[in-house]
Amino acid sequence: MRVDAIKDKVAIIGMGCTKFGENWNMSVEDMLIDAVYEAYADAGVETKDIEAAWLGSVGSAFTGETLGRPLKLKYKPITRIENACGTGMDTLRNACFGVACGLYDIVLVAGVEKLKDSGYAGLPEFFFHPVYGQGFTAPGRWAMIATRYFQTHGIKPEEGKRALAKIAVKNHHNGTFSPKAHFQREITLEQALNAPTIAWPLGLFDCCPTTDGAAAAIICSADIAKSFKDDYVLVKGFGVAMGPCLGKEDIDYKYDHLPETEAAARQAYEAVGIKNPRKEISVAQVHDCFTIAELTEYDALGFCERGRAVQEVEAGTFTLEGELPANTDGGLKAFGHPLGATGLRMCNELYLQLRGKAGPRQVKNPSLGLAMAQGGHPGMLLPVITILGCRD
Amino acid sequence: MPAIISTGAYIPYYRLKREEIVRAWGGAQRGEKAVANFDEDSVTMAVEAGRDALHGIDRQTIDGLYFATTTAPYKEKQGAAVIASALNLKKGVFAVDFTDTLRAGTNALRAAVDAVKAGSAQRVLVVAADCRLGAPGSEFEQVFGDGAAALVIGKEGSIDLVSSYTHTSEIIDQWRLDSHAFTKKWEDRFVATQGYLANVSEAVGAFMKQQNTSLKDFNKVALYAPDARGHQEACRMLKLDIKTQVTNPMFDTVGNTGAAFALLILVAAVEEANTDDKLLLVSYGDGCDIFTFHVKEKPAMDKERRGVQGYLKAKNYLSNYEKYIRFRKLMEVESGRRRPPQVSSAVVIHRDRRMIYSLNGSECTSCGRAFFPPQRICLYCQAKDQFREISLTERKGKLFTFSKDELAQSLDPPVIVSIVDLEGNLRFYGQMTDRDPDKVELDMPLDLTFRKMGEAEGYYSYFWKCRPVR
Repeated sequence: MRVDAIKDKVAIIGMGCTKFGENWNMSVEDMLIDAVYEAYADAGVETKDIEAAWLGSVGSAFTGETLGRPLKLKYKPITRIENACGTGMDTLRNACFGVACGLYDIVLVAGVEKLKDSGYAGLPEFFFHPVYGQGFTAPGRWAMIATRYFQTHGIKPEEGKRALAKIAVKNHHNGTFSPKAHFQREITLEQALNAPTIAWPLGLFDCCPTTDGAAAAIICSADIAKSFKDDYVLVKGFGVAMGPCLGKEDIDYKYDHLPETEAAARQAYEAVGIKNPRKEISVAQVHDCFTIAELTEYDALGFCERGRAVQEVEAGTFTLEGELPANTDGGLKAFGHPLGATGLRMCNELYLQLRGKAGPRQVKNPSLGLAMAQGGHPGMLLPVITILGCRD
Repeated sequence: MPAIISTGAYIPYYRLKREEIVRAWGGAQRGEKAVANFDEDSVTMAVEAGRDALHGIDRQTIDGLYFATTTAPYKEKQGAAVIASALNLKKGVFAVDFTDTLRAGTNALRAAVDAVKAGSAQRVLVVAADCRLGAPGSEFEQVFGDGAAALVIGKEGSIDLVSSYTHTSEIIDQWRLDSHAFTKKWEDRFVATQGYLANVSEAVGAFMKQQNTSLKDFNKVALYAPDARGHQEACRMLKLDIKTQVTNPMFDTVGNTGAAFALLILVAAVEEANTDDKLLLVSYGDGCDIFTFHVKEKPAMDKERRGVQGYLKAKNYLSNYEKYIRFRKLMEVESGRRRPPQVSSAVVIHRDRRMIYSLNGSECTSCGRAFFPPQRICLYCQAKDQFREISLTERKGKLFTFSKDELAQSLDPPVIVSIVDLEGNLRFYGQMTDRDPDKVELDMPLDLTFRKMGEAEGYYSYFWKCRPVR
């Protein structure tokens, strides 16, 4: 891997994001238009300036036409990316390749998902085997790491559940400062602990909602970024690691840590030159589809020693005022999780934080931000990490 | 001489106390009945009884599989073919369904005995299972139970067949139409006196005369009866000694298991038999089948075999009658807005049939590591297409990790999502059945069981699940 191929080569000069939530009266096209035009306005560009576009969507798009038709992006190259819940983040990554190699100066990146039209609770099931692995849901699959993680690391189930509840309380609190978040309401520890079980040990507040939303970014070659904006943000590096995806089948996969996420983090830190992520990263957006995901990711991203995440949560390390604030806009838990848009929403939060524009949830003097979205579930994970930084 | 080589039984994990049915509909009944789990049917129960009987027997030696039931899942499509696949029997096995009569179990036994006698089969596995419904509120609902029995019949065995006798008669006493879910019957006294009692009396009398023997010569009598009262009346009529001579027909513990019933009582009789005992089996249903056996030596129970006695002990109660209604789909019950049932594919099921039915995994011939489902490229040594298939069905394991998923659609939530570390250093991932959610814990011992997975696309799909060791 040539780490200098990406680092500081691509700049984000504009971002947009719709209100995330139950957008009953907005179509996929409506949300894409609103997110993209907000990003246009932020960057000071128009459709005619866009040379190429990338669209991320898990199940709400067909081809690039889902983006090109509403925007009237006539005769431009448009690529659709799909990589489960890592989709939005991987869309940005692929678009960055187009800019970093010098082929395009200005490109559009958009992600969208419309989940509330299905009429069903939870995610729609995607095609799997007709009998093998049938009858399980996303929370059921994530809960399997909670059971074993607690056991290996000597955490009593009630202690573990309390740490998970604290993550939910924190993210709901952060969501109250995010006008575009799906939920903008505090919850109490008692509420979280006493909520109905969805997939034991996960309760209702351990699970992110199903959400509609879109987000977009305008990225350009770092050389020309200054002509659009003084406070542009630089892409520092990526990490992506598709595991063997056989954890449920491989007796050596231990369900007490996330080897895929650890591998992606190693890649990203090497790409950026990060030696001590806990100290060097100022703010992080991590994939809290379930609170147990956020908990285990603290270990996997090297924010603490493996197995220590519960103590760090109890110590408040990841709160807005803590040493390493995580999910400052409420995360998937409170901001919502429209799959294809999520990675871009995370980058949008970093884009705001790194430029000091995050309002009441602003963290102090951030320099490097990490965003991590992951598709699948433990044993079948696809983590995608993006590290962004302030311009020099 | 044809002989019983081995016996097996299956009684489902759940029991319904008859007082729960009385709570709903009134009446008076005692005891409990065995109730198939929501993911069981006559095919899956037959597989379980077959596995029980086949412990310690080389499955490749079985060249006949006779499946008896009145509740075959399909009108057109063989149940025995599914059972043969799940039991990993050889391709050349002669698989047949015997059906449409309560005598189907003993009809299959007669056919097996005759095939062995004629030399057209070496070893025949007879499996009988039934999962019948009485209409809600009916006497049949109280009486019917679910279960299965299995016998391996061959040339050499510890229990010789001495003689057999059949008598066929036509009477409209009890029936179920093609289009009906529930069994019906004519008025009680007609059914009892002109049907069951008249037939048993006539057939047993004729048989004793033909064999020049007497009922007193038998140490154990396995006597089919429609219900407890009929059983008592028949014993009185035949002057049998209920206390010492008659095997308990399990009306208070299991119920009338239809086509499997006579064979299930026979299996219970064999389990309690002593060396040199003489056994008599009498079935009923559109006539009678009668068999007599000589126990040359008391059969040794393989320690892995559960048999009737083992399965009677391992049980749990359905919490209420409503759950029974739900399991048997007797009412449309709201299950919440969830994604529609998975689209199935007959093509995928066909392509993966050895993985699905025989639960075949792969064992790398390069590094020896095993894997389920089978992998063409070894995860551990990357060897390509160097593996042999291994069947996992009889392996035991421990629960590595789990979740109790309330969001997943099921007739019996929560779905216990399970990863099981099996003997032989490999893993099984699937659902846990026959379990008490409050007693699920890491590292608990589990084994595997063949179950119905779904009805997407209008056909039944089957696969394996794990269950706590009973």
